[in-house]
Amino acid sequence: MRTFGFPEFLFILEAAKWTIALSMIAFAGGAVGGLLVALGRTSENAFARRAAAVFVQIFQGTPLLLQLFLVFFGGPVLGVDLNPWIAAGIALILNTSAFLGEIWRGCIQAIPHGQTEAAHALGLHYFARMRDVILPQAFKIALPPTVGYMVQVVKGTSLAAIIGFAEVTRAGQIINNATFQPLIVFSLVAAIYFALCWPLSLLAARMERRQAAALAR
Amino acid sequence: MNYNFQFHDVFAAWPLLLQGTWITIQLSLTATVLGLAVAIVCAWAKTSGPAPARWVVNAYIELIRNTPFLVQLFFFFFALPALGLRWSAHAAALVAMVVNLGAYATEIIRAGIESVPRGQIEAGLALNLKRHQVFRHIILKPALKAIYPALTSQFILLMLSSAVVSAISADDLTSVAANLQSQTFRSFEIYIVVTGIYLALALAFSALFRFVYQLTLNYPDRR
Repeated sequence: MRTFGFPEFLFILEAAKWTIALSMIAFAGGAVGGLLVALGRTSENAFARRAAAVFVQIFQGTPLLLQLFLVFFGGPVLGVDLNPWIAAGIALILNTSAFLGEIWRGCIQAIPHGQTEAAHALGLHYFARMRDVILPQAFKIALPPTVGYMVQVVKGTSLAAIIGFAEVTRAGQIINNATFQPLIVFSLVAAIYFALCWPLSLLAARMERRQAAALAR
Repeated sequence: MNYNFQFHDVFAAWPLLLQGTWITIQLSLTATVLGLAVAIVCAWAKTSGPAPARWVVNAYIELIRNTPFLVQLFFFFFALPALGLRWSAHAAALVAMVVNLGAYATEIIRAGIESVPRGQIEAGLALNLKRHQVFRHIILKPALKAIYPALTSQFILLMLSSAVVSAISADDLTSVAANLQSQTFRSFEIYIVVTGIYLALALAFSALFRFVYQLTLNYPDRR
């Protein structure tokens, strides 16, 4: 039996790069999807509103773990074999899209309607109106909750361990099975997540306070 | 797409799925009640407790909110028994859920307490209401109303994230699904049905919470 030593410590620490990579993929893909969802939810087109609402309802109303299973086991149904990397990436992107989309919808709707009317009066079409008038203003409001949501994304990647993707949690399980020292192993795993998430939480809280102070003026 | 869907095995197992659903609901409700008790104590400690108690509560909240539920679950199920505490997967799952919800609910309850303006409490005392009357008539209902949406959506989030306890083979709905999967190999069919059950649960509970709100807390706010 192995004991927990420096190589085991390094094995878990190194797996953190997969957690970070998966988080970044989920966040980048989720940002694109989230923007589509947010624009769909605030669209003037009833069909786009409805479709985006159903998408959000499904992904916010079911467990992330099962979304992961469905993508992982759904691949073979469609005739493609997905490795855990791709399955986890797709599921996390879809899930993040739904949550970021809802957050950003609120931010877009917080922009006074007069801005839209003014853009109309200036003859701006939808694309220019969104790009030059609405979204830059919404971006400012959206920043703190988005940073806060990144914490959820990082934590969500831990579920990829269950379908066998070797990120931090899975690396912890592997080392624990070899060394039977769960207390050290899972404390270390928790500490790595904490080191990734806590700065983001602090940053989000700081941004929120500054924004509240700016709005109170 | 040449996949041959076979739902027969899944629907044949409906008593198991029903039982798993019930255990998921039961776990979530129990964890919520116990978690709220933890949260009330922590919210009190955080708003009006002594400084060391405030530090402990803050550390607890930050630790729980910045680590994944799955890792917390592994900690309770694998690490604590190494210290000599023996318990079942079900008990470990429940405790992990209570500890997790407690941290999130503490912040919600604290916000609720702080949402009642001090002047209203002083006004109540000036009207010669007793302390418990002030709490019952002035603090409780507006505070509950203020936190109701956050609290109920936290419950639904907890219920959905409880699917994770299947990783230690507790006996919840997702664990039942995982067992069925290993017996019948109809993975996709099983998980799509179970996902549908979770969606139905989430919709049903949010409808129930809206109904309760209409019934009890739907009064006009001072503007």
